[in-house]
Amino acid sequence: MKILVLVKRVIDYNVRVRVKSDASGVETDGVKMSINPFDEIALEEALRLREAGHAEEVLVVSMGSEACQQQLRTALAMGADRAIHLATDDALQPLSAARVIKALIEREQPGIVLLGKQAIDNDNNQTGQMLAALWQRPQATNAAKVELADGSVRVTREVDDGLEVLELQLPAVITTDLRLNTPRFVKLPDIMKAKKKPLDVLAITELQADIDADAEQALQISDWQAPPKRGGGIKVDSVDALVAELKSRGLV
Amino acid sequence: MSKILVLAEHGNGELAAATAKTVSCAAAIAEHNQGSIDVVVFAAGDAAAALAQQAAALQGVARVLCCQHDDFAHPLAAHLAPELAALAGDYSHILAPSSMYGKDVLPRAAALIGVNQVSEVMAVLGEREFKRPLYAGAAIVRVSVPAGVTVVATARTASWAAAESGAVSAEIVSIDAQAEHPAHTRYVETISEGGDGPDLATANIVVSGGRALASSDNFDLVYKLAKQLGAAVGASRAAVDAGYVPNELQVGQTGKIIAPDLYMCFGISGAIQHLTGIKDAGTIVAVNKDADAPIFDVADIGLVGDLFEVIPALQEKLA
Ligand SMILES: Cc1cc2nc3c(=O)[nH]c(=O)nc-3n(C[C@H](O)[C@H](O)[C@H](O)COP(=O)(O)OP(=O)(O)OC[C@H]3O[C@@H](n4cnc5c(N)ncnc54)[C@H](O)[C@@H]3O)c2cc1C
Ligand SMILES: Nc1ncnc2c1ncn2[C@@H]1O[C@H](COP(=O)(O)O)[C@@H](O)[C@H]1O
Repeated sequence: MKILVLVKRVIDYNVRVRVKSDASGVETDGVKMSINPFDEIALEEALRLREAGHAEEVLVVSMGSEACQQQLRTALAMGADRAIHLATDDALQPLSAARVIKALIEREQPGIVLLGKQAIDNDNNQTGQMLAALWQRPQATNAAKVELADGSVRVTREVDDGLEVLELQLPAVITTDLRLNTPRFVKLPDIMKAKKKPLDVLAITELQADIDADAEQALQISDWQAPPKRGGGIKVDSVDALVAELKSRGLV
Repeated sequence: MSKILVLAEHGNGELAAATAKTVSCAAAIAEHNQGSIDVVVFAAGDAAAALAQQAAALQGVARVLCCQHDDFAHPLAAHLAPELAALAGDYSHILAPSSMYGKDVLPRAAALIGVNQVSEVMAVLGEREFKRPLYAGAAIVRVSVPAGVTVVATARTASWAAAESGAVSAEIVSIDAQAEHPAHTRYVETISEGGDGPDLATANIVVSGGRALASSDNFDLVYKLAKQLGAAVGASRAAVDAGYVPNELQVGQTGKIIAPDLYMCFGISGAIQHLTGIKDAGTIVAVNKDADAPIFDVADIGLVGDLFEVIPALQEKLA
């Protein structure tokens, strides 16, 4: 079986993201970029499934400008076998992203597609579910545990009231939550080795994913603002003062 | 005139509070051009009719569509999304709560309808113009949906007060399931450690603990204080990852986004991913032994101190 993993290039989660003063977006100049943390978890899970003998190949895919090849190289260094950069200068909205991946799936025929549950830039949490809809295959979002059996996969999902277990027939789409695993660190020799692994570039237009019509109905995003600051807090210096403050505000 | 359909969320025969909050978001849209609000309930067995009654009691709802089918005993996106898509033709807007349930089902429906989803609507600026957070709340943007395109959106539940429930006033219409329900997905079980306290998502007071609690035994301190205050218990990701508390207690970007009147947190540093979950809280109280912890930048009342001394003292003084 082949596992396809999506990795998105995003601003590193440790960076304090700042909105540009002209409200046109966020500052990206000189900002550290990384693999979306949920995608790193997706990749780690794919590697573990391969190492456990459930899969032969882990294919990583990223959509975006040439810069996202950096993240694909990191993914190869982590242990992916092959990478495809789907090149586009447009920021794809989830529906188009899902259509493009669906078209790639027809070529690659993976048994499992692993994605992050959300990209931490747009926090959309949509692409996996949309892909599953277009592909007409099962989905399990927010995976906390993935157990493979013959022809099916059992996924434990994080839901609002605890954990939910689903059994999906393969092929299937799984999106990852944070507690699924802890991704491995990349070692220096692996970075060297990764340089020799195949990284193919394909223009998304070559996939004929039929995304032209999406442009007319794409969501328009504007007026980027920093969130209102909570201010005016006070510090108290004792538990007595804390209790007095809570009581005077009628909170306890 | 907008025609809005709200996907009801429910569990154990009760409509979830998230449904009433989503109705409030729908009402804010409807206000712009005298739109109308329908709620659709997908449920199995006798529960369906009872849930429809509860939905019909929500103020502002014009009609409740009650769709009963054995397959809806457990909400599976693969079953619900095609049902929603089949109804979509009659509506200008389709809304669901931004709970794990809404996030699972609605994008799947959006793709079948052929549109993108507006995730996490926190304010309504117009019939098709919304505000939502990006980058874990570090940016707030305006999102517009082009004319003629079905608006599919999740309502960020922490941003909306629950619609009032009164006398049953909406019309209830039974509808048949219309879509095919694929057999490729099977529900196995739900594992819930659920305590007996109030629900974290809707509690008025939440007492939260972080990594500093250092063990699940120590977390008892947080549970006891919560019990005393009639509060729900929350936690940071670090505390959940370390296994001190179950995952459903996590507050933040990837846990629950909450808006209690009072949020008290102990030994939580205040990472942005945590803060995004509490920015709508009424009053934030932080106790941390590091005076420079970022949590103090957002706390309304801060106390620099050791939680292992502060919590017992609080318990005594609040008794
Ligand atoms: C993609 C992504 C999503 C994330 N989502 C979430 C999320 O949803 N929710 C979330 O919470 N985190 C989330 N995180 C993790 C987040 O970045 C932080 O790592 C986490 O919130 C830290 O938890 P903490 O504050 O408990 O631990 P720490 O950051 O380790 O802070 C512990 C604090 O306790 C204080 N302390 C220590 N001992 C005592 C004592 N005796 N008394 C008082 N204070 C003491 C310390 O001074 C310190 O400030 C996410 C991270 C990523 C990358
Ligand atoms: N441009 C992209 N390149 C690679 N993967 C992507 C891209 N956009 C979305 N994804 C995948 O889809 C997941 C969910 O993204 P989103 O729906 O945008 O929150 C991400 O975690 C990625 O795994």
